[in-house]
Amino acid sequence: MKKIRCALIGSGNIGTDLIYKIQRSRVLEPVWMAGIDPASEGLARARELGLKTTAEGVDGLLPHVREDGIQIAFDATSAYVHAENSRKLNELGVMMIDLTPAAIGPLCVPPVNLREHADKVEMNVNMISCAGQATIPIVNAVSRIQSVAYGEIIASLSSKSVGPGTRANLDEFTYTTSNAIEVVGGARKGKALAIINPADPPMMMRNTIYCLTDDEPDQPRITESIMKMIAEVQRYVPGYRLVNGPLFEGRKVSVFMEVAGLGDYLPKYAGNLDIMTAAATRTAEMFAEEIIAGKIQLKPLEVA
Amino acid sequence: MSAETHLEGRKVVIHDMSLRDGMHAKREQMSIEQMVSIATALDDAGVPLIQVTHGAGLGGNSLQHGFAPHANEDYIAAVAGKMKRARISVLLIPGLGTMKELQSAYDAGARSVHVATHCTEADTSPQHIAFARKLGMDTSGFLMMAHLNTAEGLAQQGKLMESYGAQTVYITDSAGYMLPGDVKARVSALRAVLKPETEIGFHGHHNMGMGIANSIAAIEAGASRIDASVAGLGAGAGNTPTEVFVAVCERMGIETGCDLFKLMDMAEDLIVPLMEHMVRVDRASLTLGFAGVYSTFLLHAKRAGERFGIPARDILVELGRKKMIGGQEDMIVDTAMTMAKERGLLKDAKAYG
Repeated sequence: MKKIRCALIGSGNIGTDLIYKIQRSRVLEPVWMAGIDPASEGLARARELGLKTTAEGVDGLLPHVREDGIQIAFDATSAYVHAENSRKLNELGVMMIDLTPAAIGPLCVPPVNLREHADKVEMNVNMISCAGQATIPIVNAVSRIQSVAYGEIIASLSSKSVGPGTRANLDEFTYTTSNAIEVVGGARKGKALAIINPADPPMMMRNTIYCLTDDEPDQPRITESIMKMIAEVQRYVPGYRLVNGPLFEGRKVSVFMEVAGLGDYLPKYAGNLDIMTAAATRTAEMFAEEIIAGKIQLKPLEVA
Repeated sequence: MSAETHLEGRKVVIHDMSLRDGMHAKREQMSIEQMVSIATALDDAGVPLIQVTHGAGLGGNSLQHGFAPHANEDYIAAVAGKMKRARISVLLIPGLGTMKELQSAYDAGARSVHVATHCTEADTSPQHIAFARKLGMDTSGFLMMAHLNTAEGLAQQGKLMESYGAQTVYITDSAGYMLPGDVKARVSALRAVLKPETEIGFHGHHNMGMGIANSIAAIEAGASRIDASVAGLGAGAGNTPTEVFVAVCERMGIETGCDLFKLMDMAEDLIVPLMEHMVRVDRASLTLGFAGVYSTFLLHAKRAGERFGIPARDILVELGRKKMIGGQEDMIVDTAMTMAKERGLLKDAKAYG
């Protein structure tokens, strides 16, 4: 079966983990990895796994895009360089999946709105944040039943799974995720809290979701909606698990989740990184399936 | 020569926590009038720094930490306008509070900030510390749950905060777990690596009855700022009681610039009458100190315990075993529910569809 050829920008934890997920895909094939450090472990591993690599960043990749038929690129670099990477690749007709907090394209949580983005043939979609991927499906599962005045999420991450970029820019994480709870989750007001826990052995990623509904919550319907949504997420993140809840107290609905990773490149406790790479892969697959079926066509984008 | 005499003449800055850590003990329910009257009394008693924020700091108003009746900015503006000498400070925990909120707290009149991280995660604070300095605020790095890191580890974390711009680095005994020897070792290690002009602070909780003793130990090892709370109004068994600490300092010849009798009076006449429960060492707060659990977990654990039929002490011990840290209040209900299931008191949610 035909596979859509992909490039990975960024050779850190996320980029490296993506290689494994994309290699397993029926419809995607990882072909290139672009990094900026010739000595990076990620580039070395990519070569071992059969990818072509460049240490010249995105510019090192551009001359090969046409001849190697690259149609989808994943950006796991930083918000500061994403816009430029996206512009250069979009011009060549390559669709971008943005795993940075740059969010220049629409926000994507696969079980909530991926279909919509694929139908519109969006050339850049943003994956929000790990906490966003882990919690927004639940907020949406409540808001699709009845209106949610306020959604609040708490993401507990193991210290070892949080890289220097996120640490130095924690406010960006907070702003991006809070906004997405509103825009994608469907809560009128959203708030995101992050806790970094150094326990050793490292704790699994935990997420708590609180929703305040406008009216008395319809308990059976909300519970059913949440269970269905969890099953949807489990299709691409098998370790997405309900630990406790839904707990109903007045208008407050509380749901307590755990996310275990697949343990591809990152250990299982790093469910936060895994859910990002899994959601990004799922997003690329949807676009790839549509391209293969001839339903959509990616076109070079003229950027002003 | 006794230990008392060699501290004679040392100057210590008292930073009062009644209107921030005290918010925890009040389940965040304090009126603006109460805040203004307490802050005015503190100012009148010569306390130079008064922290005024939601118990969890800026951004603290949440389902996770409870909602106060007013926004932080409203409390700060009301109090700051009434101060003759005291400066108003705030707490900011990155991941919860943001720079936007620090800016609006500054606009409301705050001039000092504790930028707080867990004791091993100082590198989540660079942008907030730098921003506070840019605003011209008196900026402290606040290393919480300090008993969970070694003296050497804390020294490195403190050095990081100093490198971001912190003018004071705090050893924060959030669990009230430390004994004077633990405090001395940690403050000494910090003193050995920080620049001479960088101050060291100590923030204690009285869960093991060590608030005063630990604060004195910190001063002996080189600390010059002490967080305290009138009548101990704070999380767990409360903070180092300000009036008791000032009395001890007077006897030892340590200069605080505070009026002891005025503090004693306000403790008795203002603070104690508004306590909803006696803030003291009791079974649950002693469990916090003994097991090394974040003091703020106390009231949450009591509530979850009542709801799910699990003794608060059992929940607190389990949270300690799972190494939960400040901010993970959601894990209290989660842990209580898991324990209730194990004890046959609660069933799993099942899909209705």
